[in-house]
Amino acid sequence: MTWEAVIGIETHVELRTDSKMFCGCPTGFGAEPNTNICPVCLGLPGALPVPNETAIRWTIALGLALGSTITPHSVFHRKNYFYADLPKNYQISQFDLPLCAGGHLEIDPGTGVRRVGITRVHLEEDTGKSTHLGGGGRIHDSDATLLDFNRSGIPLMEVVSEPDISTPDEARAYAHELREVVLAMGISDARLEEGSMRFDANVSLRRIGTSALGTKVEVKNMNSLRSLQRALAYEIERQTRLLDSGAAITQETRHWDEEAGITHPGRSKEESSDYRYFAEPDLVPIVTTQETIATLRRDLPELPAARRARYVELGLEAAAARTLVAGPLGTLFEATLAAGAAPRRVANWLTGEIAAYLNRTGGDAGSLAIDATGLAQLVGMIETGKLSSTAAKEVLEGMLAGEGTPEQVAAARDLLQVSDEAEIAALVAAVLASHPDEVARVGAGEEKLVGFLVGQVMRAGQGKADPKVVDRLVRLQTHT
Amino acid sequence: MDPADLTIAEAGARLRSGDLTAVDLLAAVRRRASMTEAILHAYLTIDHDGARAAATAADVALAQGRDLGSLHGIPIALKDNMVTRGIETTCSSRILAGYRPPYDATVVERLKAGGAVIVGKTNLDEFAMGSSTENSAYGPTRNPWDPDRVPGGSSGGSAAAVAVGSALAALGSDTGGSIRQPGSLTGTVGMKPTYGLVSRYGLIAFASSLDQIGPITRTVDDAVTVFEAIAGHDPSDATSYRGGVPEVRSTLDAGVKGLRIGIVGELSGEGTAPDVAANFRATVDALAGAGATIKELSLPSTAYALSAYYLIAPAECSANLARFDGVRYGPRLAGRSVEESMSATRRDGFGPEVTRRILLGTYALSAGYYDAFYGQAQKVRTLVIEDFRRAYSEVDVLVTPTSPTTAFAVGEKANDPLAMYLSDICTIPSNLAGDPAISVPSGLDSDGLPIGFQVLAPALGEAVMFRVASAVEQSSGFTGRPALATSAGAA
Ligand SMILES: [Zn+2]
Repeated sequence: MTWEAVIGIETHVELRTDSKMFCGCPTGFGAEPNTNICPVCLGLPGALPVPNETAIRWTIALGLALGSTITPHSVFHRKNYFYADLPKNYQISQFDLPLCAGGHLEIDPGTGVRRVGITRVHLEEDTGKSTHLGGGGRIHDSDATLLDFNRSGIPLMEVVSEPDISTPDEARAYAHELREVVLAMGISDARLEEGSMRFDANVSLRRIGTSALGTKVEVKNMNSLRSLQRALAYEIERQTRLLDSGAAITQETRHWDEEAGITHPGRSKEESSDYRYFAEPDLVPIVTTQETIATLRRDLPELPAARRARYVELGLEAAAARTLVAGPLGTLFEATLAAGAAPRRVANWLTGEIAAYLNRTGGDAGSLAIDATGLAQLVGMIETGKLSSTAAKEVLEGMLAGEGTPEQVAAARDLLQVSDEAEIAALVAAVLASHPDEVARVGAGEEKLVGFLVGQVMRAGQGKADPKVVDRLVRLQTHT
Repeated sequence: MDPADLTIAEAGARLRSGDLTAVDLLAAVRRRASMTEAILHAYLTIDHDGARAAATAADVALAQGRDLGSLHGIPIALKDNMVTRGIETTCSSRILAGYRPPYDATVVERLKAGGAVIVGKTNLDEFAMGSSTENSAYGPTRNPWDPDRVPGGSSGGSAAAVAVGSALAALGSDTGGSIRQPGSLTGTVGMKPTYGLVSRYGLIAFASSLDQIGPITRTVDDAVTVFEAIAGHDPSDATSYRGGVPEVRSTLDAGVKGLRIGIVGELSGEGTAPDVAANFRATVDALAGAGATIKELSLPSTAYALSAYYLIAPAECSANLARFDGVRYGPRLAGRSVEESMSATRRDGFGPEVTRRILLGTYALSAGYYDAFYGQAQKVRTLVIEDFRRAYSEVDVLVTPTSPTTAFAVGEKANDPLAMYLSDICTIPSNLAGDPAISVPSGLDSDGLPIGFQVLAPALGEAVMFRVASAVEQSSGFTGRPALATSAGAA
């Protein structure tokens, strides 16, 4: 392989503030078209923007989570371009004084943890949404375009990475990790399919061992982590073939076509190269004091990387820690630990049986019939020998079916393990008495027959006898 | 006396004494409009029903003892770049023909809350770009003092209405002198407040960092009344000043004794008409005679202020006017694509002066030219602010002629944009600095046309500015009214 990819990712994140970036309209997804609008987000003549303080604070907080430097006097700029769903025909965005500059994100693509640099984090307003009727949904061939301005003016945070990413796997890991951070902070729903988190990637290739950057291509329209990974793999292969054949790469924007599994060039007319940025005169600079920064830093939640590290410290496998931090069961895990259960055992149940149950039923974590107390009790019963691990699975099944606490399920299904020594000793004595040959052979040194005898005792006890006790008593009584 | 010729103060007293009703006052103003509009064309829209309802409501409220303040029952006109709910608002542009906004500008809300009667919407240079009110898609406004002459601009409709009596007061907007210059040319008082004191919410922007709404009235006292009604913090305007509004009335009649008044060499010499220059000197002498200390100062940066203004204002306007594309409101021309439709709509909808400024501004912001043009202009703006700061460490106010000339003939400068731009030379610096300024009538020239005298003060210096303006008003003894008003009043 002679080429390596150089990838930078721009991520747009819609913030889940109650109101829009520059007006008081609600931000909810899925409302009737053009119902969450007002003179400001519709760009009516005379309307003026008033910035959403929460959106600004959240963006600064994300910057702090990424280790960015916070700009003391940050400025909004107008980005000028004409587009039907951009009501003012300029977007209030940021240019040379973004809220946050620099920083990094630690990612784990499965080949070890590494850092991806962050160039900047800035805040802007989202555009409206166009729906093109006819012409295959493309603006240039369509019969009509419908405009919905509900999304217009929703706070949109843009996170720009350094071109530090070299494989589709790393790109996916980066996007995944950024999403985790945003979710942990509770500042966005980060739903890729609804477009509340969107990725654009800049891809170029260079000869391995060289440092000059090649011509870059911007890839857009990737609606899932998987499509990000696929699109980049496709684009790298496309560029590799071109370069191998001696052709040049055209600097352009290409759109990922999920169904066809290819990228195709966008109309260059849709892109303007000169946005004529200038400071937004309707707004004043955003002053961020050291006190504000200190408060925001203090209020940062535990970030995913720190949480994973804490789980590993508690004895979890790295994979289990990743699953619990990323997945829907993290909250239940934390609550079960708080109820005093053993971390590793809880993690095994959550990432094993319970995750499988969710997969099978398609339900979400919130609708589970099991709670932290129940799960902690279940784990406790295994630890104290009241349930065998086999029986515990059945108890869990009952719990998930809403049959009650582990005690209730185990009693109702008659699954409680017998740990009483005298009771088990009697059982062992009876089984040994009916297998004199085997007992004699064990006495002569045929140790492997101990297992057979233990199995016989377990069967006689209908599986409820504590196997550890059975094993100990069989050995004791055959070796005397 | 015809009620249409009353000042706000006089009309207010008669409304409260029961000598006059708001309905009769409105009728007088409407009668004046009906006799003069065919000649002047001060109004684009007269809101007959709304005004009558407001006047009736004002009478009922007063009868019930609910006095909403000094503007209660007073007929006021609005420049047609302030949005009014349900009332056509066009900025004198074809691109907004038939546009009825769904909301009221903050100043309109405040006037209504103060009991004012909104008579209608006045003519302006399209999108407030111009100094003669000739650049209106709906035809020019003429000067009540001589209908062959312009009333100034861009708030020419508001100034003409107040001068002739088809409103007792009006609001204008001032981006480079658009309140003060028409005030000067029509013998009315025109005042631009400190940037941020009056909300811009609902003012259709020309150049956001320069625009400011202010009053046009017949007396300084009336200007104070309107200023008090419209000024104050507005949470809907992020550039609105959060501190309090300066208290101005208590010192209004304090005179100029002991005040230091500066004359700016660069703004009162070359290019000033002889009658204007003579009147200016006489007015300054009168102020000196009343006890003010006169000091001559230099503001070197003002030599570049005009050039800086004609880069900053078009740059901001090129973005502010981008929204007029026919997609969401206003007339829409067809096209084979969205871009074609937008282009056709804009090409047809904007007049030549607006088009010129959009092109100029777009160019000034373009990659590769930004630093040389827009960036440089912003530096000049900083220099102007520093020059003023230095000046105000030595004097309390600065004075200049408002306009180098009195009203010029209709058509005289229409095809010479540069000559037209030069008429703003004395007014532009205070917009760049964000400072308050006022034009007060100070006499007539040899053609019988009004001359304006401008008082400039530092930011939030409205009190001293009004105080000097009031002294000028008294010393000049100007009480002249245009012949058209007098003849219409006698008819
Ligand atoms: Zn809104």
